[in-house]
Amino acid sequence: MSRKGFIPLGNRMGEGRPPGFDIGGTAVVQWAVARLRRIGLWGRGLVLAVPYVWLLLFFLIPFLIVFKISFSEAVLAQPPFTGLFEWLTDDSGEGGKLQIILNLGNYIRLWSDDLYVLAYLSSLKMAAISTLLCLLVGYPMAYAIALAPPARRGPLMMLVILPFWTSFLIRVYAWIGILKANGILTGILSSLGLVDEHFEILYSDTAVYIGITYTYLPFMILPLYATLEKLDRTLLEAAADLGCRPWEAFLKITLPLSMPGIIAGSLLVFIPAVGEFVIPELLGGPDTLMIGKVLWNEFFSNRDWPVASAVAIALLAFLVVPIMIFQYVQGKGHDGEVR
Amino acid sequence: MRRPGFLSWALWFGYAFLYVPIALLIVYSFNENRLVTVWSGFSVKWYGELLENEQLLSAARLSLEVGAISATVSTVLGTIAGLALARFGRFRGRTLFGGMITAPLVMPEVITGLSLLLVFVALEGLTGWPDGRGMTTITIAHTTFTMAYVAVVVQSRLVSMDESLEEAAMDLGARPAKVFFVITLPIISPAIVSGWLLAFTLSLDDLVIASFVSGPGSTTLPMVIFSSVRFGVSPQVNALATIIVLLVSAGIFVASVLMTRQERQRVRDEQMAQQGG
Repeated sequence: MSRKGFIPLGNRMGEGRPPGFDIGGTAVVQWAVARLRRIGLWGRGLVLAVPYVWLLLFFLIPFLIVFKISFSEAVLAQPPFTGLFEWLTDDSGEGGKLQIILNLGNYIRLWSDDLYVLAYLSSLKMAAISTLLCLLVGYPMAYAIALAPPARRGPLMMLVILPFWTSFLIRVYAWIGILKANGILTGILSSLGLVDEHFEILYSDTAVYIGITYTYLPFMILPLYATLEKLDRTLLEAAADLGCRPWEAFLKITLPLSMPGIIAGSLLVFIPAVGEFVIPELLGGPDTLMIGKVLWNEFFSNRDWPVASAVAIALLAFLVVPIMIFQYVQGKGHDGEVR
Repeated sequence: MRRPGFLSWALWFGYAFLYVPIALLIVYSFNENRLVTVWSGFSVKWYGELLENEQLLSAARLSLEVGAISATVSTVLGTIAGLALARFGRFRGRTLFGGMITAPLVMPEVITGLSLLLVFVALEGLTGWPDGRGMTTITIAHTTFTMAYVAVVVQSRLVSMDESLEEAAMDLGARPAKVFFVITLPIISPAIVSGWLLAFTLSLDDLVIASFVSGPGSTTLPMVIFSSVRFGVSPQVNALATIIVLLVSAGIFVASVLMTRQERQRVRDEQMAQQGG
C-alpha cells in the first residue's frame, strides 16, 4: 500500500494546527505551547505521550528496579531488602560521598545451587516439548481451516479462539478431574482393561505437557492460520502439474512458506511457557521443576525478594534472544503490509 | 484438496481436544455427588451453595470492577498506541515504544508481576502513593499488560484498513483530531470493542500478576478459585466454571452477531454510495 498523498506525519509532529490559528490566552500560554511544539509534545506528540509515559513508568522502569534489587540483600524490614546507595557524610555532616554496595551473592547462589540451574534447564526443556506438541496439533488444524471454503473459515477459527476467552484457570482445572486417579480418563482406560484403576497421569510432567499444549494451542494456530491462509494455492497446483507428489509439495512449498507463522506461533507459546507457574503448580508433581514455581516460592514462601529478583533477571536473560526474534517477526509482519 | 481425510481428522481431533474437557466440566457441575468424578444423579445444589458463598461473591465483584476499569483505561491507551504504531510513521523513540508494546504479550507473568510490585513499593517509598496495595495497584497492573493486546488488535485493523478515506478528509482540510473521530474511529470501532472485551477477559482471568500486586483484603476471583483448586477438584468450582463459560459464550455470540450486522450494513452503504456516485 502506498503512503504517498498521506502527509508524512512524522514531520508534522510539532505543527498540529494550521498557521494563524489563535490559541488564545496569555503570552505565557503561547510561549508554553511554542516550547512544547519545539520538543514535539504538541498535538500528536502530546497524545502519544500518555501511553508512552505509562509504559515507561509501569513496564520499563520496573525491570530496572528488579535489576537493582537483585543486587541487594534480604532483611527483615519493610520493604524486605537493603538499599544499594548510601550517602555517607562525616561527623560534621559535610563532605558527603556516595557508597554503592553491589551484592553479587544472589547470582552466585543461583549458579552454585543445583536447584536453580536444574529448574532453568528443565523449564526450557518442558517449554520446548510443549511448543513442539502445540505445533503438531495446531499445524494440521490451521492448514485444514485455511483449505476450507472461505465462508466456513471464520466460524472454524471462532471455534479455535472461543476456549481462549473462557477462564485459563478453569481450563487447567478441567484437566485435574480428567487426569487424576479414579478420574474420567483412568475410568475409560481401566474399563478397556489397559491400566488398573489407580493409574494416574496427574501430578507428573506429562500432565504439565498436556496442560500447556491445551491452554496455549490458540496462540499457535492464530499466526499459523494467518500465513497459511495467504499462501498462493496456484503454487501447489503448478507443483502437482509438474508431477510433484502431495507430501513432497507440502515439504518443499507449504512448509517453507509458512515458516513466519511457525516461528511466531512457536515463540508465542515457548516464551511464556518457560516462566509458567499455574500449570506446573496445579498439574505437575513434586518433581516437576519449573523456574516460575521457584520464583513464586522464593517470593511468597521464603519472602526473599532479592533472590526472586535475581531469578527473574536470569530468566529474562534466557528469554532476551527469543523475545527479540519475536519482536523482529512482529515488526516485519506489520511493516511488510504497510509499505 | 490434498489428503482431505487426514486433515479433517486432525481438525476434528483438535476440536475434541479443545472442547471435551470443558464439556465434561459442565456435565459434572450437575453431579449430585461430592466426589466430582463419580456420577450419582442430577442436581443443581452446587449452584445454590455457590450463591451463598460470600467470599466468592465479593471476590467476583472486585474482579468485575477491576476488569471494567482496567479494560476501559487500557482500551484508550492501547488505541492511541496502536494508532501511533500504524499511522504516525517514524517518531522519536518508536523502536522503544514498539518494543514496550509487544514485549508484554510474551513476558512470563511471574516477571511482570514481580516487577510491578517492586515499582509500587519504590513509588510508595518515594511519594507515599499508592498507599498500600489493593484494587488500585491491581487495576494499574492489569491496564499495563492488557494495553499491549488492545494495541496489537487496533494496529492490525488499521494496517488492513483503506487509508484513502483518511487521506481524502485530510485533503479536504480536516484536522488530524477530526479525521480520527469522524473517519477512523467509526471504522475501527469493531476492533476497539474486541480489544475491550479481550482486555476485560484477560483481567478477569489473571491470577499471577494480581497475586503479586494485591494486598490484604483485596482478593480477586482467580485467587479464590486457585486456593480452592490447589487442594483438588471441588463441585462448587465446576458450577462456577459452567457459569463463566456460559456467560463468556453468550457475550462472544452477541458481540459477533452485532459486529457481523454492522459489517454487512457498512458493505451495503459502500455499495450504495458507489452506485449513487
